[in-house]
Amino acid sequence: MTAFAIQPVALWSDALLFVLISVIVALTLWARRQGALREAWARVAKNGVAMAAATVLAVFVLIGLLDSLHYRARLEAPPGATARYAVEVNSALDALLSELRLRAETTYSAPLATHLFAREALENSTQREFPRLRYGGAHLGDNLSGHALDIAVRVSRGLAGGVVAWILLMLLARRMKVGAGAPCVPGTPLRGQAMAIRAVTITLLPILLLFGVAISLGGGYHVFGTDKVGQDVLYLSLKAIRTGLLIGTLTTLVMLPAALLLGILAGYVGGWVDDLIQYVYTTLSSIPGVLLIAAAVLMMQVVIDTHPDWFATSAERADARLLALCLILGMTSWTGVARLLRGETLKLRELEFVQAAQAFGVGSFAIMRRHILPNLMHIVLISLVMDFSGLVLAEAVLSYVGVGVDPTTISFGTMINTARMELAREPMVWWSLLAAFSFMFALVLAANLFADAVRDAFDPRSSA
Amino acid sequence: MLAYILRRLLYAIPILIGVNLFTFGLFFVVNTPDDMARMQLGVKRVTPEAIQKWKAERGYDKPLVWNAAAAGSGALTDTIFFSKSVRMFVGDFGRADDGRDIAREIGDRMGPSLAIALPTFVLGLFVAISFALLLVFFRATTLDFAGVVLCVAMMSISGLFYIIGGQWLVSKVWHLVPISGYSGGLDAAKFLILPVIIGVIGGIGSSARWYRTIFLEEITRDYVRTARAKGLPERVVLFRHVLRNALIPILTGVVVVIPTLFMGSLLTESFFGVPGLGSYTIDAINAQDFAVVRSMVFIGSVLYIFGLLLTDVSYTLADPRVRLQ
Amino acid sequence: MSILAVTDLTIQIGAARPVDGISFDIAPGECFALLGESGCGKSMTALGIMRLLPAAALVAGGAVAFEGDDLLALPESGMRDVRGGGIGMIFQEPATSLNPVLTVGRQIVEALELHAGLRGDAARARAGELLDQVGIPDPLRRLDEYPFQLSGGLRQRVMIAIALAGAPRLLIADEPTTALDVTIQAQVLDLLDDLRREQRMALLLITHDLGVVARMADRVGVMYAGQLVEVAPRRAFFAHPGHPYSVRLFAALPEAERRGGRLATIPGSVPAADVRHEGCRFVARCSEVMPVCRTVPPPWREVESDQPGQRVRCFLPGAAPVVAPTVGAGDTALAAASKPLLEVTDLQVHFPIRRGILQRVVGAVRAVDGVSLQLMPGRTLALVGESGCGKTTAGKAMLQLLRPTAGSVLLDGAELTTRSTAELRPLRAKMQMVFQDPFASLNPRLRIGDIIAEGMQALGTLGSGSDRAARVGILMEQVGLRADMVSRYPHEFSGGQRQRIAIARALAVNPQLLICDEPTSALDVSVQAQILNLLSDLQGELKLAYLFITHNIAVVDYLAHAVAVMYLGRVVERGSADEVLRHARHPYTQALLAAVPRVDGARSEVPKLAGDMPSPANPPAGCHFHPRCPLADEACRRSYPVETLFGATHAVRCIKA
Repeated sequence: MTAFAIQPVALWSDALLFVLISVIVALTLWARRQGALREAWARVAKNGVAMAAATVLAVFVLIGLLDSLHYRARLEAPPGATARYAVEVNSALDALLSELRLRAETTYSAPLATHLFAREALENSTQREFPRLRYGGAHLGDNLSGHALDIAVRVSRGLAGGVVAWILLMLLARRMKVGAGAPCVPGTPLRGQAMAIRAVTITLLPILLLFGVAISLGGGYHVFGTDKVGQDVLYLSLKAIRTGLLIGTLTTLVMLPAALLLGILAGYVGGWVDDLIQYVYTTLSSIPGVLLIAAAVLMMQVVIDTHPDWFATSAERADARLLALCLILGMTSWTGVARLLRGETLKLRELEFVQAAQAFGVGSFAIMRRHILPNLMHIVLISLVMDFSGLVLAEAVLSYVGVGVDPTTISFGTMINTARMELAREPMVWWSLLAAFSFMFALVLAANLFADAVRDAFDPRSSA
Repeated sequence: MLAYILRRLLYAIPILIGVNLFTFGLFFVVNTPDDMARMQLGVKRVTPEAIQKWKAERGYDKPLVWNAAAAGSGALTDTIFFSKSVRMFVGDFGRADDGRDIAREIGDRMGPSLAIALPTFVLGLFVAISFALLLVFFRATTLDFAGVVLCVAMMSISGLFYIIGGQWLVSKVWHLVPISGYSGGLDAAKFLILPVIIGVIGGIGSSARWYRTIFLEEITRDYVRTARAKGLPERVVLFRHVLRNALIPILTGVVVVIPTLFMGSLLTESFFGVPGLGSYTIDAINAQDFAVVRSMVFIGSVLYIFGLLLTDVSYTLADPRVRLQ
Repeated sequence: MSILAVTDLTIQIGAARPVDGISFDIAPGECFALLGESGCGKSMTALGIMRLLPAAALVAGGAVAFEGDDLLALPESGMRDVRGGGIGMIFQEPATSLNPVLTVGRQIVEALELHAGLRGDAARARAGELLDQVGIPDPLRRLDEYPFQLSGGLRQRVMIAIALAGAPRLLIADEPTTALDVTIQAQVLDLLDDLRREQRMALLLITHDLGVVARMADRVGVMYAGQLVEVAPRRAFFAHPGHPYSVRLFAALPEAERRGGRLATIPGSVPAADVRHEGCRFVARCSEVMPVCRTVPPPWREVESDQPGQRVRCFLPGAAPVVAPTVGAGDTALAAASKPLLEVTDLQVHFPIRRGILQRVVGAVRAVDGVSLQLMPGRTLALVGESGCGKTTAGKAMLQLLRPTAGSVLLDGAELTTRSTAELRPLRAKMQMVFQDPFASLNPRLRIGDIIAEGMQALGTLGSGSDRAARVGILMEQVGLRADMVSRYPHEFSGGQRQRIAIARALAVNPQLLICDEPTSALDVSVQAQILNLLSDLQGELKLAYLFITHNIAVVDYLAHAVAVMYLGRVVERGSADEVLRHARHPYTQALLAAVPRVDGARSEVPKLAGDMPSPANPPAGCHFHPRCPLADEACRRSYPVETLFGATHAVRCIKA
């Protein structure tokens, strides 16, 4: 048996994430054949703000996907022995950021600092001093007078690197376009496409500049400082992206089948089926969301804590908790979507193409699948993108309340939760909070702007 | 109309029963009281006796729904379901882990919750509607565009940021009001002003944008064109015609939350140290006090269902089509 | 001196120009009709005059002078005085044009406060007078009612009262009767005509209906693709239309004389508003095209005739040649078959009304309340009635799309009402339906090929995929579409083409009976002619029987062999087309026929119907028609009349007939 350097690990959330992506790809292929849907996407593509937002989102998604390729590294072992793998589960992103991940300090340090944030009693000394960081600014040696200059040099190097990367990318894109032989005939669809490409390139520039600066500075400093146990805050922020993305998307994904089935059934079949389904969702939705989530999460914690044997690694346990949270959030949010779908189905049911199908004796199930469901897909899409940002924000609040993700899972909520303990400190430890809020703001703002464009393009009412 | 409201009232009963059964299932069937005891006691101290004691203290040592050992009606009443769930209908929520009566505690804490939530709600509604009307009045101009961008940006900021940032700026940097705390009477104002303002600002983005969408949808209707064809000035068209009609969808979204204002806000109350129901809930969650959480779930639902009823009533008042049929 | 002078008005929406250089004027007290098919820019012109255009549209050029003032140059405040004060306006949809949450009185008083300076009781009294003036009974009570409590006809009268509040010198009426039933339309047109004469108010009437123009207008302007193509006095226009487009509009009208023949159609469709035109806009659809038409926009030209003032925008010298309508062969000989294909006996469809706390059934809406009729194979039976009479419900109940409450439906001898859904399936191939709304009747997410094949697939009439594809191709050509369009989606087709697709879908299973529910009411006259031609061709080829549900008497006259007239859920008169339409005996049928505005301008002597159709939830006792009937007496109030036979086929439910 050959032993590989790594053993891939597929967490449940990874699997679902890739299911989600394949569903999205399949839907996209289906939508490409649908004239009206393709036109709607073309309207989104023509919207410069939407394309810029989509670019930002794509960068976030890329980071999230890298962070979803999990593996266990092989442990050093004498040749010939059976390969053993580390207990720790890491991701491709961890591998890329291993410098950030491994260079932990002992406790708080401010962004770009060379010393710890608090005085400590040093060995061989009676005085309390700010100890030197182990890694932050270590290359400067004892000569700290060059600190400011070094930062300036690194920033400009980073900016230059970003510009170069951007230019290279543009050249590459142009070559590919010419290679593909895209006709350069002026016309409305192409003009829209050109607008979209321009928006994407303009957005890519600041993103690449930020990346350049972060990489250049990150080589020698903790760009966003370190947290209580000395972990690099930039690393934490990047890791938190996956959690946010998962909660924003999987929640809707797990509740969709139930919402679709019940919403369509209630609307199309009517009668006592409708009464029953309406009763179920009115009952569920009458429990205030946060309380329902809190109660369910408390119960879930009991289940997980009383069955420690279910999970091989702590990563699996944290993952199970994350999925359970998605499920619980989905449980509280499916009611709204089901209600929307029911209302729309009621309208569709009265439309003449449904009656035409009934006149052919087409069965109820076939009508729901062939005539109702495809005409509801725009609602599904709109609710998917509209819910996303709300869910990302909700995660932070829930983790703060203590009913969010597992405390070992890195998320914006857990970052804020640990940082707020230090709010009372003088001077304030602000960088963890600010980093979490900034990343969250960028993600949610991009999602909101994109969702707006999608809704405007797909909602037949808003285009009228 | 009376029959309509009575019918809605009757419909609320099965929903309340449903909520009650649901919470019972969630709290006692998904996990047995033994599980809860083990969890709360911690792995180290778990002994059968400790579990038994924990259960007995809370009255969880009875059978779930059927007490075969008890005589007569006791078979039904001397159970967890009856004593913990059915009794909630008469306002008996039992005792919290600290031994206090939950119903009393709830009564005491509603006041402070309302003191923050009500002004936040009223002021927020007023500010958001005014802002939305302003944007609609200047629709399709730069002002409108900038306003929408501002709304989207504001709703993209986490509620936690508003609170933390507000506390830091107003209390720590400017030293204008105390950072947290609460007192009764007129003194409360200095503690309330910051959370209320933060609550209003935090909610304005999404609600103003939503109201703007409703107004814009209403403004494309035929009757608005009729009103303009009469020669009415835009101001009158907006206030007399559009606002009146837009109120109907706004009411559905807004009235329903009025009763739940009693529940307070989890975040605001815990950050500002207000002894309301929100902080009560959050403390109970952190202490894993199941009895309190269960009671809050039930009360929250009762208030929400009451809100649905209020919505129906306000609907009939606002819309002559419902009122007169 | 004209009261309104529009000069070169141009309106732009993005790159499109829905109105492109319109000029006309209206004299005080004159009625000028703007005639055109949907999308020609006539409503946009009216909104442009009032400066009420939607946000996306803007006036790109031209001038609008009202009583000498240039409206386009007025400040917004000045314009507000003109709106409602100088120019009143009423719209097509009375159902949505009134504010649903304000009382009728409030909405009238609002205009009075603004333009008449009246306040309080004086305003209220004046509002009552206005309601009285527009013929609303019990006006003071109506002031406190909300629009939803009024019928469509009353709402339109309220709209007129609002418009009159400012005592305007010009009233713009944008399709004021299109949403109304024909008997109500007659009332409203009479009212507008009377008001115009009494108040010497000019009227700009926007309509697509030649009959309405003939009834109302002094002068006519015909619009096509954003431009006026002909302006003429009414008499001249109806005697000898000048523009080839006008000529073809007349030729496309279905009429009794054209029965059995083909209607003239206008090939192709209206060009899109964003197309740039080199020459004449009608060039692609005109049969008299000359080379010059393609390159130079035609100038205005006076048509020489006995009446001055007829001008056309066309190069053709003289008046356009008359398109000879093919005079039909009249009725073909009665089909030999003696056994009816469809036999409906005492069909009833009741919808329960639930009230109270427990939602008990307290009554029923008797949508269909005892309909009996027979349809012979290969023939056309028209089921005629006004909206709300239950004709569509009856059609759906015959197909068992709605299960009837009682009665019997025999299709080719087989009873349908007692069969289960599964037992009905084999019979579904024999009967199909074509629906009213061509936009709602095709699933937007399916390709045309899949839509047409749906029936074959569901009923398993054709097995393999290639057979089915071949059959779809044949069907598409049969209804006049190209077979290579199968993979397109519905949104790529126009209304008329969609209706062809719907017909092909129904034909796919080889039905013997086609129930057509207002198949042309959403279409323009020229497109309607195409569909009627198609239906009549198909009947000839395939020996189809049609149950034609419609409110359009002209269409009935053109294609029906037999007619049944419905009123409030029951058939009040039935017989052959000639019997019912030429020798009507029921007073409702007579009034219905009289209410249709005729293109020749002739007025009928039959009195107009007063009031509205009562609610089917609470029909009047006795004969349902007695509250509106000029002949009604005590006996009519007592019991519903039984059917009286006049001849073999002519049956009437009236004791006075």
